[in-house]
Order: sequence, then structure tokens, then C-alpha cells
Amino acid sequence: MGLDQLKTQLSSLDPRLYQIASLSTLLLYGLIWLYFDISVTQIAVTIGTALLTQYAGTRYYNLSAFDPKSPLISALSLCLLLRTDHLAVAALASFIAIGSKFVIRWKNKHVFNPTNLALVVMIGSGLGWISPGQWGQVAWFGFLIACLGSLVVTRAARADVTLAFLSFYVGLLFARAAWLGDPLTIPLHQIESGALLIFAFFMISDPKTTPDSRTGRIIYALLVTLAALYVQFGLFHPNGPLWGLIACAPLVPVIDYLFQDVRYSWSSPSNGSPPVYTLCPAACSLPLSQPRRFL
Amino acid sequence: MRRIAVPLLTLFIGLCTWSSEASAFCGFYVGKADTKLFNKASEVAIARHDNKTVITMANDFKGDVKEFAMVVPVPTVLEKEQIHVGDPAVLKHLADYSAPRLVEYFDENPCRRYDMLQDRMGAMKSMAPAAAEAKRERDQVLGVTVEAQYLVGEYDILILSAKESAGLETWLTDNGYRIPAGASSVLHSYLKQNLKFFVAKVNLGEQAKLGLTHLRPLQIAFESPKFMLPIRLGTVNADGAQELFIYFLTKQGRVETTNYRTVRLPDAQEIPLYVKDKFGDFYRDLFTQQVKRESERGVFMEYAWDMNWCDPCAANPLSAEELRGLGVFWQDNVGGPQRGRSMPMAQSVFLTRLHVRYDAAHFPEDLMFQETSDRSNFQARYILRHPWTGTDECPAATAYRQQLRDRYEREAQTLATLTGWNIGEIRKTMNIAALPVGDENKWYQRLWKN
Repeated sequence: MGLDQLKTQLSSLDPRLYQIASLSTLLLYGLIWLYFDISVTQIAVTIGTALLTQYAGTRYYNLSAFDPKSPLISALSLCLLLRTDHLAVAALASFIAIGSKFVIRWKNKHVFNPTNLALVVMIGSGLGWISPGQWGQVAWFGFLIACLGSLVVTRAARADVTLAFLSFYVGLLFARAAWLGDPLTIPLHQIESGALLIFAFFMISDPKTTPDSRTGRIIYALLVTLAALYVQFGLFHPNGPLWGLIACAPLVPVIDYLFQDVRYSWSSPSNGSPPVYTLCPAACSLPLSQPRRFL
Repeated sequence: MRRIAVPLLTLFIGLCTWSSEASAFCGFYVGKADTKLFNKASEVAIARHDNKTVITMANDFKGDVKEFAMVVPVPTVLEKEQIHVGDPAVLKHLADYSAPRLVEYFDENPCRRYDMLQDRMGAMKSMAPAAAEAKRERDQVLGVTVEAQYLVGEYDILILSAKESAGLETWLTDNGYRIPAGASSVLHSYLKQNLKFFVAKVNLGEQAKLGLTHLRPLQIAFESPKFMLPIRLGTVNADGAQELFIYFLTKQGRVETTNYRTVRLPDAQEIPLYVKDKFGDFYRDLFTQQVKRESERGVFMEYAWDMNWCDPCAANPLSAEELRGLGVFWQDNVGGPQRGRSMPMAQSVFLTRLHVRYDAAHFPEDLMFQETSDRSNFQARYILRHPWTGTDECPAATAYRQQLRDRYEREAQTLATLTGWNIGEIRKTMNIAALPVGDENKWYQRLWKN
């Protein structure tokens, strides 16, 4: 089988399978090598609750079929990020994440990214915490490669918002370092967070919670970046991007109103029509044809 | 010329039921690893709750006190009442209480009870008065403002703010502080982040009046959302890596770094008996091995425990008065727990002890922290297991003696892995070769033994 054939075959797979594989590998690596503070029982409870909630929601709202892939991605992200001493908290987080997709909706789109909402509720209430510094360089770099690889292989639908966010965020961190006269090792160290990667590749890119048009999404990425940096350097609070995204999520309907475009849907995934202008030509010139996440 | 001796060290920035009789832990506490084992070690205690922070900076300065000076970035201009001189004994007590520890078990006569571990409880023990006009003008030219000036205990304290780092650097040099080359860019960064500088040196007259021969820890109290320790000045021009011990006293739970990996040290490992006499060397080498394993970028947790108790205790838990002395302001019950009572008063203080070996290459950024809701206990504890040496004969005793050599081998390998010591040397010191060889036949040889 030639390389092109392999690529075609991979591209035809559901991109979420690729995501599930990379998240699972990372979780295993974290457990075995980095001693992540999470028990196998907690992983089972998190995943089990997510699947059950998805199943219950599917039945209650009479949706076509139960699909475990999306809740699995949410649950794996929670396992990678959320730390708690209590299994009940892990279950509650999973329930909030998946349940919010069915309940908190605006014009047939859910408002908050499920993982993001659950994490913010848990750390805001003090029931759990996130350990953003626990990754180390090897895991971080490996995961970065896997995430970038997934964008290319799966031609993800919302690569523009991911790349725009990363460009703004990293660019502004470097700009801050230049203003302070800090060595470049400092911003490089600051971006070395696994939580940042999960955020950029798995949360902000959720097609159901991002604006419909590409221009809207670029503006959205900029707003989230500014909010994240304000939380980090203005309020001196960790996990800035998570708070930034939750704060900006309610703005999506407004952005959609200002920049109207085709609504993302299951049957005809779309990236929106080409923008009149773009802040991020490189990101936006990627071939984008398949949906990345849904519901 | 005064020297910056502690180049800025530092700065800003399951619940267990307890009874005096019961203890889940087996073994006697026999030793601990002192912080003095490590060269160039600084110790800082941080009590923090709701953005209110009290930092105690220990001082183990050994040279001439005339040479001593300390420059610490702080988030706010401190009033005189926000600066205090602490009791070194309390900090020493905190260090002893949380130190990595060695415990020992004694195997029982296998003939009496093969399951020989007996639960034993760890015993519960308990600057210039008025600046000249010309000087003020000079200060203005340099853009340095002396925001405040205090005499606290044996220390002269200045709080400086500055418009730009070059002026601050010149001011410090003019006033007799030796600033390491390369500090300028770090000062610049801190100034841009709107930090002030807390400068302390020893007032010799006051020190003589107080009759002190050592320097007591300086304490500062302030309110700021910043939960961090600025270590960057300390890495400028530093000769090799430095050690820092940080003790956090918090209400909710364990503290960890948000921008570096916080790693638990290996704990509860059984190691050879001879380590009892060289536990210090053992712990120092174990720590170095762990630093290497984390590519010199890790922050290590040595202790995390509810302040109410310990098991085993390397030292008594701190009293409420001692905790108050370290800045624990949120306890209403000043009386503290009564010794000898079966249930102590809830102290709502959780202690986290972190140990970091840092240099500029591996720790480019200041240490940032967060308090988590994790209240699970952790201690760096190492175990000596004494064999039973009786002469009784029974099948269980024979089996027991046969497995001893394997057990010693395991302990030797554990020790080699933890410390990087030579396995051959360890075996020699343990004299494993002289031990009776057990039944070395394979299982199938035993099965069809003629």
C-alpha cells in the first residue's frame, strides 16, 4: 500500500478515532511515566459516567443513535486535566460535561465546551484542581506533534480557530517577554503546558461551540486569548485559557449575528464561506473538509 | 562592601482521625535527613490564605554580618508593622517535623506467628536615620525612591521603588551592595511588573544591644493575589545549583507548582540496615538521583500532612503558638491542641514541604504556586527491616531463613536504584555472600526431587 493510499485511508476515518488514540496514549504515558495523580478507578468512573450520560441524553432527546466517541474524548480530557481526591467529584464532572451539551443550548448549538465547563465548575468550587505543570518536556513535545499531525491527517474542520488561538497566545507571550526584557526561555517555558495543548486542540476547536464564519472564529480566538492573558497576568490566576474560553463562550451568538454563515451540521459539515479578509492567512489556507467534533 | 548574600531568595508572593493511642503505622522512627545536609540551602516558610501571605525567610548566613544584605522583590510597599523578626527555633522545628525519615521494623519469630509484622505505633512526642539633602537629590537623578525605611529587630530595612533598572543598580552599588553581573535585566523585568524591592542589612549596633550572635529570620506580611517565589535574582551569577526548601502552611490543602512538575519522592522503600548510620548520605544521593531523573526540572514534595498529627513523628507537631509565629493567622483557637487529649483541636493547617534544586538553565521562570484541595498525606519515609535472629527450629523458620538472602538482594537493588550507589559495593557492605544460600533448585527440580 502506497503512502498516498494510506493517507487517503486515514483521512477517511472519523478524526475522533485519531483523537481518542492520542489522548489515550498520553494518559497511559502520564500514568506510567509521569505518575499522574489519578487512579484507574477514577478513570473508569469518569469514562463510565460520560458514556452513561450521553446514552441517557440520546434516549431522552430521541437522537438518532448513541455515539460514544464524543463523550469519550471529553472524558479522556477530564482524566488528563482534572485532579480530585473523591470519585464522586470525578463522576459529577463527567455528568456536568456531557449533560451541559443537552441542556445549555442556544439556537441548536450548545454554548459551552463540555470539558471546559466541567473543569471551570470543579476548580471554581474548589472540589478539584488542575495540575498544569505536571507534563515535562518529552510528553509535551510528543503530544504537540501528535496534535499537529492530527490536523494534517484528518484535515480538521476547525483548525483555523486552533491555529489562530495558538498564534495569538504564543505571539503575545513573546511580546510580553520582549517588553519585560526577559530571555526567550521564559515564554518558551510558559507554553510548555499540556493543558494548553488540550485546550487549543480539543476545547476551543469544538465546531459546535465556535462561531459559524471563519472571520468570526478568528475574532473569537483573539478574544479568548486576551481574556486568558488577563486572567493569567492581570488576576494572577492559573489556567487562564480555561477561564478565558468560558467567559467568551456567551459571545458566540453575538459574533454569529454579526458574521452570519452556514451553521455547522452533521450531515453537511462546513467551514463557513471564505472570509473577506483574514488575520491568519497561513492557518486559513489549510485544506479543511471534514468535521472534527460534534454535539 | 556589603555583599548580597541571599541574592533574593525569595518571594511573594484524606482526612485522618487521630487519637493518642492508635496508629496505623508500623515501625519506630529512627532518624531524619537534616536540611543542613545540602550546601547553599535556603529555607522559606509561606503561610497563605485568601491572598494574605506571611513569608518567613530563614537566614543561615555564616560570614561576617557586616557583609550581609538581602534584596527581595515584593508586590507592595510594606509598612513597618508588616515586617517582623521571627524565632529561628520555630522554623527549625518545622524543618524537623517535616524531614524525610527513617523507620525500622523488627521481624518476629516466624515459629510463633509467620505473619510477623507487629503494629507499633510511632510515639506521639511529643539604614541611615536621615538622608542628606545631596543624597536625596542623587536618588532622584537615579530614579530610585526610598519608599520607606525601618529598623526592625537587628535589621535595617529599606523599601525601594525605581523608574528603571539601571538607576536601581547604580543606587545599590553606590550604597555598598555588590550586585552580581547580569542582575540588571532581571531587575528590569521585576520593575516592569511593578514590584518593589525589600532590602535588608544588619544594624550592628542593634545586634550588639540585643546580644545576638546569629541572624534571626525576617518575616513579611502582605496581601496579593500573586502566589510565587521570585528565584531569578538568585540564579544570576550563581555558582552552581542552589537548594531551596519551601514550607507552605495553608488551610485548604496541598500546594504545588503550576509551572514546573511537582513530583513525590519515592517513599516507603525497604533499604539495607547499614543505611541507618549513613541516612544523611543516603538521602542526599537519593535526592540527586531524582533530580537527574526529572532532567533537573522537577520540584520535589518531601512532606504533605495535616498539621494535627504525624506518623511516625520526626518531631512533635507545631503548637498553635508556633504556627502563629510562622504567620498562621486564620486559627481562632490560640490555645491550640492540648497534649494528652485523645482528640486534638482541629488546627485547619495543612503543611506542604517542597524541595527544589534550581539554576538559571533549568528554572528560567520564577516559581508559581497554587493551593489544591488535596488533603492526602505524603511523607518521604524509608524502612529498615531487622531480621529475626532467634534459633528456634520449625518449618516456618527454615523457610524464613531461606528467603532472607533474596530479601537482602532486593534491598540492595532498591538502594542502588534510589541512590546510584555501586551495587557491588552495597552487596559487599551487606555481606550478602556470607549468608546461607536458600534452596536454589528450580520449582520443577523440587517437584521431582529424588
